[in-house]
Amino acid sequence: MRPARSFAAELVRNLVRKRDFYAGGLVILLGLVMALKGPTYRLGTLMHMGPGFLPTALGVILVFLGILIAGTALGVPPGEDENILPPHPEWLGWACILAGPLCFILFGSFFGLIPGTFACVFVSALGDRKATLKSAAILAAVVTVFGVGLFSYLLQIPMQLLTWRGL
Amino acid sequence: MIETALTDLWYGFGVAVQPHNLMWCFIGVLVGNMVGVLPGMGPLATISILLPLTFGIKPVGAILMLAGVMYGAQYGGAICSILLNLPCHPPHAVTCLDGYPMTKQGRGGVALGLTVMASFVGASWGITEMIFLSPVLVRVALQFGPAEICSLMLLGLLAGSTLARGSPLKGVAMTVLGLMLGIVGTDLETGAERFTFGMTHLDDGIELVALALGLFGIAEFMNSINQVSSINAKYTNVRLRDMRPTKDDVKQAIAPMFRGTLVGSLCALIPGTGPTIASFVAYATEKKISRHPEKFGTGLIEGVIAPEASTHSSVQGDFIPTMSLGIPGDAVMALLLGALMIQGIVPGPQLIKEHPDIFWGLVASFWIGNIMLVLLNVPLIGIWVKLLTIPYKYLYPSALFFVSIGVYAANNDMFQVGETVVIGILGYVLLRLGFHPAPILLGFVLGPRFEENFRRAMLISRGDIAVFVERPISVVFIGLCVLLIVLQIYVRLRGPKNAIVTPPVLETAE
Repeated sequence: MRPARSFAAELVRNLVRKRDFYAGGLVILLGLVMALKGPTYRLGTLMHMGPGFLPTALGVILVFLGILIAGTALGVPPGEDENILPPHPEWLGWACILAGPLCFILFGSFFGLIPGTFACVFVSALGDRKATLKSAAILAAVVTVFGVGLFSYLLQIPMQLLTWRGL
Repeated sequence: MIETALTDLWYGFGVAVQPHNLMWCFIGVLVGNMVGVLPGMGPLATISILLPLTFGIKPVGAILMLAGVMYGAQYGGAICSILLNLPCHPPHAVTCLDGYPMTKQGRGGVALGLTVMASFVGASWGITEMIFLSPVLVRVALQFGPAEICSLMLLGLLAGSTLARGSPLKGVAMTVLGLMLGIVGTDLETGAERFTFGMTHLDDGIELVALALGLFGIAEFMNSINQVSSINAKYTNVRLRDMRPTKDDVKQAIAPMFRGTLVGSLCALIPGTGPTIASFVAYATEKKISRHPEKFGTGLIEGVIAPEASTHSSVQGDFIPTMSLGIPGDAVMALLLGALMIQGIVPGPQLIKEHPDIFWGLVASFWIGNIMLVLLNVPLIGIWVKLLTIPYKYLYPSALFFVSIGVYAANNDMFQVGETVVIGILGYVLLRLGFHPAPILLGFVLGPRFEENFRRAMLISRGDIAVFVERPISVVFIGLCVLLIVLQIYVRLRGPKNAIVTPPVLETAE
């Protein structure tokens, strides 16, 4: 029979390897933010509820759910896939996907729709492993032509095609 | 009663065949069919991208088009599953099991032909159900006070989050998160700004389009980048000639078609069980009553027809609670409801009476749209099959542009594009932690109405929370909620013994 302390340590070690432990943790964190921030908006009474009533209540529920989610991770043996990151992390791909819309914001608001579209598609296309600068540029050019035709001429999105807003 | 329903339906056809409505409906089903075929694009992302573009058109046209995308995608998804063995869209995952073996035997065309037929039958039944059930539901629902509406919403949210795939606990957590995201912004009753963290851009709340595209666009692309294997186009050479089934095939398909339809329509009546569950149940039922269950998975026509028919009948049936009660069953319905709300239309039981053109026009457009889809799918099958070969590396950058401009166009606000990126990161983290983000949308759309009705109910009852169990209709809903929770716990404790079909790879956000 193992001493109690090492058993507890084992349990904790098992727990932190599990995905659900972090899932529960995240939910608890979100719940805490709501439950602590909620009361600052005035709770009110049940009859005349203030703006803070529902957020606080939801926050408490969320914390409770988070504890349950993390708690259920205790009982079950670790499954096959407990990794939070997928087997082949695609850091470049993810970065490119996120950078695409950000480029759209940046180039779109400073230089207009055409540069925004081109930059968005070009940057995000680079995320694919097989993409080359050339293929990304061609795709970006094609999408820009179509996109501008569709959104600017057909749908009349109020955004200037080319502008210079300075930096 | 039947007579009024038919007169209303006639009126609906009058609305739906107006040229511009017909056009929007056609665009909707066309785009829907297209994205259904494209691996890696879901109806949710597509509807969200199109949503801002519908602000300029009239509510009827907008909703006809967005709904068209939804059921159009169901037709397209079947092509993807049968010919490529790719369960791009969850409802069609089971279709792969027998559809792809049929393709390997060279009968893929027949499977597709019969699927189109089954889809049409399933959808027709779902629409009929909608015509006759919705007015009845509305009559009941009009008696509801705030307390009843509240408990009904609670039931809808609970069912939507626990009956969907994945852990029920996580589903509920996502719903609550959605409710919270719905709270962000200025409180309508008191004017207090909540969770804006000093950002004036957030005063109007989080934009529905930004939320949907973050969760189902960006997070989804992050999930599938460099994961989509190159497509095996070996069997995609299907021509119209190949689609014609033999007499024996049809004879074999009739019974499963109607069984599937029935299963789908039953599933549609239970809130929260969308087309995905319907298709699984239909497949399992077929397998159970079959005389040779061991042959399933080797290319049996029943295994294709029943799930497809049930998917379609449940997709149409899902509109019933959405349109008549204002309670969406899944994320797509929540999005459609959100689209109506953006157009200034209050969802709920009064919708059919106040906006008969929307409701009956929608019903009529379902028929028209489904006929269009049959016409689109049968002769043009070659074109759809070609679409399958578009590689993902061209698809997602273009889609990201559509996401960006779509969100921007919603309010001409670049801040919201950034909002989408942030939500996308959150969505991907949640996805990796084993959460399914669909219930977030459900909570988000229902959140403000839930809070409003909860406040009103409390005001009327003078702060007595017992009002929810004192009023007879409300107590029924609360009872169902409790039953649902107890059942979930029971199933959990007993262990997943009756998992009849294990889904193939299902790592999508929907």
